[in-house]
Amino acid sequence: MQQTIKEVQQEIVDSFAAFGDWMDRYEYLIELGRDLPVIDEQKKQEERLIKGCQSRVWLDTEYRDGRLWFTADSDAIITKGIISLLIQVYNGRTPDEILAADNSFIDEIGLRENLSPTRANGLVAMMEQIRGDALKFKSQQD
Amino acid sequence: MIQNKEKIRSLFPYLQSAGCGGRQLIYFDNAATTQKPRSVIDAATRWLADSNANVHRAVYGLAAAATEHYEAGREAVRELINAQAREEIVITSGTTASINLLANVYGQRYIRPGDEILLSEGEHHSNIVPWQMLCERTGAHLRYFSVKEDGQWDMEEAERILSEGKVRMVSAAHISNVLGIVNPVAELTVLAHRYGAVIHIDGAQGIVHAGIDVQEIPCDFYSFSGHKLYALTGTGVLYGRRDLLETLPPWMGGGEMVDTVTYSSTTYAPIPLRFEAGTPNFIAAATLRPAVDFVTSIDIAQVRKNEEEMTAWLMHEMNSIDGLRIYGAGGHKAPLVSFTVEGAHHSDIAVLLDKMGVAVRSGQMCSEPLLNKFGQTGVVRVSLAAYNTMQECEVFISSLRRVLEMLR
Ligand SMILES: Cc1ncc(COP(=O)(O)O)c(C=O)c1O
Repeated sequence: MQQTIKEVQQEIVDSFAAFGDWMDRYEYLIELGRDLPVIDEQKKQEERLIKGCQSRVWLDTEYRDGRLWFTADSDAIITKGIISLLIQVYNGRTPDEILAADNSFIDEIGLRENLSPTRANGLVAMMEQIRGDALKFKSQQD
Repeated sequence: MIQNKEKIRSLFPYLQSAGCGGRQLIYFDNAATTQKPRSVIDAATRWLADSNANVHRAVYGLAAAATEHYEAGREAVRELINAQAREEIVITSGTTASINLLANVYGQRYIRPGDEILLSEGEHHSNIVPWQMLCERTGAHLRYFSVKEDGQWDMEEAERILSEGKVRMVSAAHISNVLGIVNPVAELTVLAHRYGAVIHIDGAQGIVHAGIDVQEIPCDFYSFSGHKLYALTGTGVLYGRRDLLETLPPWMGGGEMVDTVTYSSTTYAPIPLRFEAGTPNFIAAATLRPAVDFVTSIDIAQVRKNEEEMTAWLMHEMNSIDGLRIYGAGGHKAPLVSFTVEGAHHSDIAVLLDKMGVAVRSGQMCSEPLLNKFGQTGVVRVSLAAYNTMQECEVFISSLRRVLEMLR
C-alpha cells in the first residue's frame, strides 16, 4: 500500500527533526542533491528549463497509468536536495493527489525561505509546473 | 572629522541591533544598498512627524519647511559632486529612473536613425535596457566596447568606435557592480568629447567608492542612487550640464513640471522641475542632506585606505583558494569583489554563507551579458562600505573555506 503524500511529508519532517542544527540539515540536503540521479542531457532542453536568477531547474514530467513521474535537475546542489524532497513527495501520484497537497512541510523543516517567491531559485516555478502538469493531465483524463 | 572605525560603526543602528530574526549578519551586500546612519533615520522620522506637506505647492509654513528640506537634499548633492548650479541636479527615484529619463529626453531631442550609442560591455541592465528601448524607438544602433579578461576597459576599441563619428551618446559605469574596478571615466570623457559625443556616467557605485567632481571630470551627465549612499530608498540623482539640460524636453507630464497649462497646450517649467513631474519622494530625497553630511564627516582618505587594505587582503586570501576565480582583478579596485569557485555553485555558496552569518550577493547581478561573456550564469559578490572591518573580512574568509569544504 503506497503511503499518502501527508505520510511521506511527515516522514521527512521527522527525519529533519533529528538533526541538531542547520549545518546537519544542509549537509543532508547536499547529500540528497548528490544522490539525485542526473537528468539525461537530452532532456535538459531549453523548454524544460525553469530559469531563476540564482539557480536553474530542469523538470521533465511523464504521465503513465494515471500517475505523474518527475525527473528534475538543477545546477545548484542545495536546490537539487530540495528537488529530491519534492520528488519523494510527488512522484507516482495521481493528478488529484498532487492538486490536493500543500507544501507546508517545507516550512516545518526550516527551509521556507527556499520556497518564498522572493527566492529566485526556480523552486517556486518548479512547484507551479508540477501543479500545472497535474492539472493538464487531469483534464486529459476527464 | 570622524576617523575611528568604531565611531563610524556606532552611527549605524543596524550594527548595534540584534539583526533580522535575532541573527546579526555581517553585511557584505553594500553595492545593493547600504545600511543607514542614525542621522538619516532620525531625520526621516522627524520630518514625517513634523513637516510632512507636499513640496513646491502650498504657501503655508509646513509646506515651506518640507520644500526647504527637499531642496536642501538637492543642494547637498550639488556640493557633493561640485556642480555649478542646483538647477543641474534632477531628483529622481534612483539610478534606473535617471537613466530612463535621460534616454527618453536626450533621445527625443537628439537621437536620429543611424546614430550610435556606445556602452561598455560591463554595464548593469539599468544602463543597457533603456538604451536598447531607445534604439528600438529611433532606429539608432547600440555599440559596445570591450571589457578585457582582467575587467579593464579596452580604451583603444572605445576610441576606434568613437572615431567612426556616429556615436552621439556614450554611457558607461564609473565602477561596475560586478567588476569593481574604478574605470578611467576622465579619459573616456575626453575621448567622447573629442569625437563629438556626449557622455553619461552611471555612478551608482562610483559615487560611493570614487566620488566625482563634475567640473574636474566634465561629463555631461552623471547618475546615482541615494540608497547606495546611505540615504533612504526611492531617491536618485541625474546630474546634467546646465546648457544641455535646458535644451531637453520633459518626459513625464503632470504637476510641478509645468509653467502654464491650458486645455490644449502646456509650457514647461524651467530645469530641474521640468523633469520632476508629480509628487516626488520628498522625505527620502531630503535625507540626501544627512547622508551627504555623513559621507563628508568621515575621513574619506582614511576610509578608502582601509578599504583598499581589506580588498587587497580579501583578494590575496581568495586567490589562495583552489579553483576560485575573481572577475575584475586588474586595475584600481573598489571594495567590491565578484568570484566563482569551481565545483561549487554561486547560490549554494551564498545560502551557506548566510547560514554562517555573512550576507553576500549571488546570481546574475543584473549583468547577464557580462556574465555570459565570462561563461558564467552567476557569481558571488562581496561589497563593503565605510563601516565594514578587517575582522569581518576574516570571518567571511574562514566561513567561505568552511562552505567550500561542505560543497566540494
Ligand atoms: C552600476 C549600477 N548601475 C545601476 C544600478 C541600478 O540602481 P537602482 O536599482 O538603485 O536604480 C545599480 C544598482 O545595483 C548599479 O550597481
